[in-house]
This record gives sequence, structure tokens and C-alpha cells, in this order.
Amino acid sequence: MAGLSFDLIALQLFAGLALGAIYVLFAIGLSLIFGMLTVVNFAHGAFYMVGAYVGLYMLMLGGNFWLCLVAVPVIVGLFGLAVERILIRPLYGRGIDYPLLLTFGLSYVMVELVRIAFGKTGYPFDTPEILQGAVNIGVGYFPLYRLFVIGATAVVLLGLWLFLEKTSFGLIIRAGARDPQIVRVLGVDVSKVWLIVFGIGTAIAGFAGLLAAPLQGVIPEMGGTILAEAFVVTVVGGMGSIGGAVLAGLLVGVVVSMTSLFAPEMAKVSIFALMAVVLIVRPQGFFGRAGLMS
Amino acid sequence: MTRKIAKPRSISRRRLLTTAGAGVAIAASPFRINLLRAEEANIKIGFPVPLTGPYGTEAQDQVRAGQLAVAQFNDAGGLNGRKAELVVRDDKLNPGEAATRTLELVEKEKVNFVVGSLSAAVQLAINNVTKERGVIFNSISQSDAINEAADFSRFTFHEALNPHLTSGAVGRYAFAKFGKRVAFLTADYAYGHEMVRGFLEVGKAFNVENLGDIRHPLGTSDFSTLLPRIQALKPDILCISNFGRDQQIVLKQATDFGVKKTTQIIAPLLSHASRVAAGPQAFDGVIGGCSFYWGIEDKFASTKAFNQAFSKMYDGKLPTDYGALGYGGVRTVLEAVKNAGSVDTDKVIAAMEALKYDYYKGPQYYRKCDHQSVQSVLVIKSKSTNMKNDADVFEVISTDEPNEANLRTCAELGHKA
Repeated sequence: MAGLSFDLIALQLFAGLALGAIYVLFAIGLSLIFGMLTVVNFAHGAFYMVGAYVGLYMLMLGGNFWLCLVAVPVIVGLFGLAVERILIRPLYGRGIDYPLLLTFGLSYVMVELVRIAFGKTGYPFDTPEILQGAVNIGVGYFPLYRLFVIGATAVVLLGLWLFLEKTSFGLIIRAGARDPQIVRVLGVDVSKVWLIVFGIGTAIAGFAGLLAAPLQGVIPEMGGTILAEAFVVTVVGGMGSIGGAVLAGLLVGVVVSMTSLFAPEMAKVSIFALMAVVLIVRPQGFFGRAGLMS
Repeated sequence: MTRKIAKPRSISRRRLLTTAGAGVAIAASPFRINLLRAEEANIKIGFPVPLTGPYGTEAQDQVRAGQLAVAQFNDAGGLNGRKAELVVRDDKLNPGEAATRTLELVEKEKVNFVVGSLSAAVQLAINNVTKERGVIFNSISQSDAINEAADFSRFTFHEALNPHLTSGAVGRYAFAKFGKRVAFLTADYAYGHEMVRGFLEVGKAFNVENLGDIRHPLGTSDFSTLLPRIQALKPDILCISNFGRDQQIVLKQATDFGVKKTTQIIAPLLSHASRVAAGPQAFDGVIGGCSFYWGIEDKFASTKAFNQAFSKMYDGKLPTDYGALGYGGVRTVLEAVKNAGSVDTDKVIAAMEALKYDYYKGPQYYRKCDHQSVQSVLVIKSKSTNMKNDADVFEVISTDEPNEANLRTCAELGHKA
């Protein structure tokens, strides 16, 4: 097909970055929980889906989207706290596969419960009125809502960075991730730290689900597809590295976008090809610490 | 050349899979030969459909309406008092799963007939099993291949439309009205490929210019990387051949990208359930085909009766397109059973071939050579204003009356006269 102009390539690149922002937002919670707790949270996709449904439910009750932006992460985060306290905490110190299996099973339970409560059929989720339509970004038209998602992702990342790097509680979290034993000896209640990290991780997942709802509607299985992509992002970026997840998320977005331009059939495979290449060259991913899994 | 090589190989692989699958099923189930009980038991209709996955919404409607056909048959006294029963299985939109489930239905559940499927690819897998076992299969989803001599068998019936028929109706309407520059966005599997082939064929008469066919995998959740490319092609018409959740998402995202401002979006099939799940915004103004819309009840008494029976059974809900197919697929088989006075396969086949029926959408009949149901195609447009109720989502803008001339000829399909 002819018609490859500079504008098209630039727009395509931008579409890739925008898609990458969604990957980043989703993967960041996964990476945070793994990096701090070494829990591979297979229920992350389910928390994402729950976020979308909580938003949907609030809108049905007459809430507005802006209120949801605040309330959804809080509600999903509280739910995450309960899950950590009741289900995951007893499994610490038992090897990485115990919480993995637990969260895997939990994701099925959550999806099934939502199917029972809301039905198997999907629901529409309208883009908030003020964010509808496309705007000219210089090289072509781009949906305003996707620009908003990029902005929201940036805000979440900035907030997370400030929290981890600039607050004393963030310092404890980082220390706890590096060496929980010493932190415990210093008189810090590590289990409380882990509880809060898990809550934050799931809150971000719920937030991501809410932001994704106007892009694709709401359906119980919506967390499934994105989970695979998020694992690619986490692995490429380095398990547990937040900076790595950001870089890898954007990179995966751009790779998908550029493959879509030249060989759309290959777009889905391309991210796994990227992962394979990265794993061959750098098995721990971009910024991963070697030996975290062992 | 490649075609010659590829064809026999694919058949033998299929056969290998079904045979292997059969072996497993037989090994797993204890032989229970109980002829006496089988004689008195319910008439069982196996119903494999993709209850979970991207087409789940539509599949659930198929089941609902299929149950209605069974209930009506039973209420009318069944076959001399012998009742019918629907045995529903989830094929997960996967040909392998569907083949296994169908084998199970035939071997273990001892179903008398199979009706179902909601995928061009999956129905061929089901058909492979049923045709080898000599069980009647009435397919209720779109496929061109199922009419062709290579896949067809005398046990195979096709109540649904086929892509040739559907794309023909929509193409003839749209190409005459909206322009000649056409771009395609297509789900990368049999359904999508057959639709594009159909559109290009009918497009020849209109000198349509094919700007390109962009293919996406089945089950894509983000189309944002494909849309800028399509917009750069500046098409008059964008023809999107996908289904279920893919259709919901792509129409939503195409709307967000502003595609509709410059381009008329058409789809070979617009699904009622998808339109409801995606909301009016996403589908607004999109034109496509369908086999059934409840709104034709002003025209046909059979539609009115079907709508009323359905909404009575399901708290005022109205039937959808794929629901109607589930109803039609089951009802034709059961009416044939009644006419034949037996569940004997040969007698039922003869009775189905003899049917001239009008059960839900006006007159229909099965063409002798390929058992394709000859029927009308509706061209519809999605509404976003003046909706009278939840189900008032489309407007019928044109109708292709039932006509064998709109189908490929028996000779084209490889059937000997």
C-alpha cells in the first residue's frame, strides 16, 4: 500500500506511545507488587476488570466520571488490602509459586462473581462528554480521551515516584524490598508495609481498568488479554523495576504500532518476539535485578 | 500449485484430528448400549455454541431462542408425546474444543441432531464430526465453505446466511451510494476472508477501487494503531468485517478517531447484541446486513408470533438476529421430525429438503444441492435517535428478497447436477 508519509509515521509513533501509556499504567502495579513483595499477581487483570465494573456501577447510580477517578482506586485498593490480609499474607515465605497459584485461582473467582452479578454480556461505557472527539496534534487527528489517558498515566507515575523517593514511608518500602530482615530488626512492621504496597498496586490496576473502560467497553473477561501484555512489559522492563516497566511499556506500544503499519497481522506476535529478543540478550530485562526470582 | 498441495493436506489433518478425538472419546466413555432406553428417551438436540469468549453475547441469545423452539414443540405434544431437549455445550470459539464437544454429544449424549456454532471456522470442525458420524447438523452461523462440495455432506444444513449472500446485499447497497474508494479492516480468519472476497466480487460491477485490506487477529482489544493508517488512505467506505466484541471495540474506537466524519463505515453483519452492548454512539450511522430484525414484524405474521412468544418466555425481551437463527435452526429440524413422524436421519433429511417454511422472517427453503436456506437479507442502519425501546436499534433500509440468483450456483460450488 502506498501513501507512507512523514505525518503518518509520526502519527503512528504517537499512537504507539499512547498505547504504551496504557500498558505502563497497567504493568506498573504488577511490577510494584512483584518488586516489593515478590508476589506474581495473576489476579491483576481481575482487579483491573473490577475497577471498570465499580466505575460502571457508580455511573449507573448516578455518579460522574471524575468522581469515579478518585473513588474507584480507593474502593479497589481497599479490596486489595483485604485480599492481601486474608489470603496472601499466610503464604509469605513459602516460595514464589504459592501466591502465584492463589492469585491465579482468585482471578477466576472474581471473573465468575462479576459474571453472576452483572451477567456475561458486556456494557457500553461512554467517554465523558468533555473528552469526546478527536483533536489535531499537528500530524493528524487523535482522540482527546487517549491524550487524557497519557496525562493521567503521567500523573500516577509522578505521584508514585514522589511517594517512593521523597517520603519516609517510601524509604521504608524501598528498604523493605531490598532486605526485609534488617528492616524488621530495626523495628519496622514489614507486614504493614507489604499490605500497603499491595493496596497501592491493586488501586492502580483498578484505576487502569476505569480508564480503559471508555476505550473498549466493559466485559468480565477484559483483564485476560491485557494481563499477557502486561507480563511481557514487566519481563522486558525487568521484573520489579518501575523505571523498567515505564520504558518497556512505551517500547512495546511503539513496536506494536510500527508492526501494525507494515504488517498488521504480525502486531500481536511482535510483542512476544520483542520479549524473546530481550530475554536472549539480557535475561533479567532492562533494569531487572538478577536473582529476584530465585 | 500451492493450492493443490495445501488442500489434501488440510483435509487429512482434520481427519486425523477427528479420528484421534474419536478414539479418545470412546476410550474415555464406557460402552453403554441400551437400545430400548434410547428409543423412548427424549429427542436430543446437541447445541455447541461459544458461550464464553468474544461472541458470548450472541451465543447466549442463540440458546435462549433454541430453548423456545424446543418448548413450543413440547407444548404441542412433541412427536406423539415424545419430548425434545436441547443439550447445550460451550465450544469456546475453538475448532478443537468444538470437535471434542460434538463427539461427546454424539457418542456420550447420543444426540439425534446437532444445531449450533457461531463461527465460520468452528462450524466446519463440527460439520466434520457430524458428517463422519452421519448425524444431521444445522449450522446457524455464516460460512461460504460449508456450502462447497468439499465440506458439504447430505447431513449438512445451513440455516444462516452465508458471506457471499450478505456481502452481496450490503455491497450492492453501499457501493452505489457512498463511493468507489474502499478500504477493508478484517478479522483474520475464514469469516473475514470470505466477506472480503464477497465484497470484492460484487464490487467489480461498481468498479470499486480496493485501497487495501488490513487484517487483525480475532479478539483484538485495541485498534488505535490500525486506524491512522486507514485514515491516511482516505477511503469513501471503510468495510469492517469482524464480529462480536471485536466489532464493538473497533466501532467505538473508529468513532473516537473521527473516522465517521469523512468515511461511511459498513459491516457485512451488524449484530443486535453487539449494538446493545456497545451503545448507540459507537454504532451510530453504521450500515450492515443481518438475517433478522424484530422490526420486520409489521411485514410478516411469523415474525410477530415469534417476537411475542420470545418476549413472553423472557420477560419482555425481543429476539436478536442470532437468537432468531437459533430458533430457526432448531425449529426446522423439529418440524421435519414431525413431518417425517420419526427421528430417522434419512427420513428427516428428506423432510427438511421438502420444507417450504415461514417460521420467523418470511418465506424460506433449503436449496437441494447444498442445503443452504434461501432467504431474505436485510440491510440495516444503526440508530442513535428516536428509539422507542431498548431493542429499537436498527432501521431496515433495504431488503434483498429470497432469490437463488444471489447465491453462488450449485456448479460453482462443485456440486454435480
